[in-house]
Amino acid sequence: MSIMNETKSASFAVHDKQASLPRHHAVIFIGLLAAGLIAPFLLAPIFVMKVLCFALFACAFNLLLGFGGLLSFGHAAFFGSASYVSAHAAKVWGLTPELAILCGTLSALVLGVVIGALAIRRQGIYFAMVTLAFAQMVYFFSLQAGFTGGEDGIQAVPRGDLFGLLSLNSDLVLYFVVFAITAAGMLLIYRIIYSPFGQVLKAISMNEQRAVSLGYRVNRYKLTVFVLSATLAGLAGATKAIVFQLASLTDVHWSMSGEVVLMTLIGGVGTVFGPIVGAAVIVTMQNYLATFGAWVTIIQGVIFVFTVMLFREGIVGVISKALKKPF
Amino acid sequence: MNDVLLSATNLTKSFGGFVAVDDVNLHVKRGQIHALIGPNGAGKTTCFNLLTKFLTPTHGTISYKGHDITAMSPADIARLGIVRSFQISAVFPHLTALENVCIALQRQRGDSFDFWRSQKVLLQFNDEACALLEDVGLSEFRDVHAADLSYGRKRALEIATTLAVDPDMLLLDEPMAGMAQADVERISELIRRISVNRTILMVEHNLSVVATLSDTISVLARGKVLAEGDYATVSQDARVIEAYIGEDHG
Repeated sequence: MSIMNETKSASFAVHDKQASLPRHHAVIFIGLLAAGLIAPFLLAPIFVMKVLCFALFACAFNLLLGFGGLLSFGHAAFFGSASYVSAHAAKVWGLTPELAILCGTLSALVLGVVIGALAIRRQGIYFAMVTLAFAQMVYFFSLQAGFTGGEDGIQAVPRGDLFGLLSLNSDLVLYFVVFAITAAGMLLIYRIIYSPFGQVLKAISMNEQRAVSLGYRVNRYKLTVFVLSATLAGLAGATKAIVFQLASLTDVHWSMSGEVVLMTLIGGVGTVFGPIVGAAVIVTMQNYLATFGAWVTIIQGVIFVFTVMLFREGIVGVISKALKKPF
Repeated sequence: MNDVLLSATNLTKSFGGFVAVDDVNLHVKRGQIHALIGPNGAGKTTCFNLLTKFLTPTHGTISYKGHDITAMSPADIARLGIVRSFQISAVFPHLTALENVCIALQRQRGDSFDFWRSQKVLLQFNDEACALLEDVGLSEFRDVHAADLSYGRKRALEIATTLAVDPDMLLLDEPMAGMAQADVERISELIRRISVNRTILMVEHNLSVVATLSDTISVLARGKVLAEGDYATVSQDARVIEAYIGEDHG
């Protein structure tokens, strides 16, 4: 019986070209591009920008968890510290926004190297705990350090002029810059997933011992993906600081690390597009249910429980399973 | 000494007070199929994990082609050309059979840290991967996820994957464990075929399986080497008979 099933599925898939990218992904990317271009005319640009920043953050997190098999509970450290550095660079150093964002992103990269190098020595829950511990250190550093503004954060960050030429004070102009940044970030993540590096990464997450026995130095791959994920989370945080003209303790708080886990799980961990959907769902809820105050957290909790109980693969994961195509 | 490829000298491993492998000396000659057998709990798998560096020995040295490799990491051992299999079949479950083999072939590129390049560069390995799958009789399953293959086919895929890194030496951990008789014959035949120009050290529980396959047999019991030699010598050895019969019927 099992032989028959195998033969059957083999003949179905026999025309799939190995290593070629799923063609429907290109269609979805074009759809997202179109949606992104008309969105600011239908919805508040500032709201869509928030969705974009968090979508990039969630995609970066998903790269680590969904494809590297590493669960970090401390991703707020990269998001938040990049947000502080970006805000500081724009406000105090007077850098143009693209340079401020670059500074923030690079700071997340450096932090990613340091935290990653120490965290990947442990596995599973211990890895998660190490990342959480480091994120808490970053939080208390942010609370105490002078340049972060403590409880107040860094406020009234100037949006400045892109390349010193184009004023970003208009929400719509800023929107297209943010859209370009997040789109580039997501395309990079997509490329990483479907690269020779990504293949090895998936293999390691599925069977680490076997990857070792084939001669792969797995810790180097883990560190590389950790740093990539941290850097892209930093890009999201740094951009967010320019959009909201604010960097605050919320960005480095552990609940921010929790939120990105939530977004990724609701959207579908290990799927390409899931984190975008998850981020959109959570940010929309936070925005439109804001009048319910503290109830938003409770509603989020209930949705989370429902997701875990009823469709563990997340929204996109369930669709992917139903249509038998990877999304 | 020149024809000894892998040798272990005074190899000892203790876990707390329990000595799992006790002063074992093992010399695997180039080009041979060498079997390490013994009853349950004899220390075969521990010994195996020591040789592949998945465990660190308490005492003793391991050398390969005359170089001391005792302090090397498992990945570096693999890079020298010693590749191991696992007792529980080791495949990458959510990759297709073809992708499984390609992961191993990809090692020819050295390290694959190029995350900016499309995986289309891996298409160059497809033909070689297909040839390897054909070798182990898995051609028609190339696009099936490894998780969906039967147990025997998973083992065959594992062997194809191992061959893909073209090792000088293969270490097989109970390649026939839990297999149906038809599969045992198929895998035995496969091992015989791939042993050409290669050295194989295999761990087996069952003496009869290795009888026709191996050139040299080392019998391990309670962490020590009881006897060593070809099948005729070993199977007549009184201590070996006692170790086996004592276990199976005692």
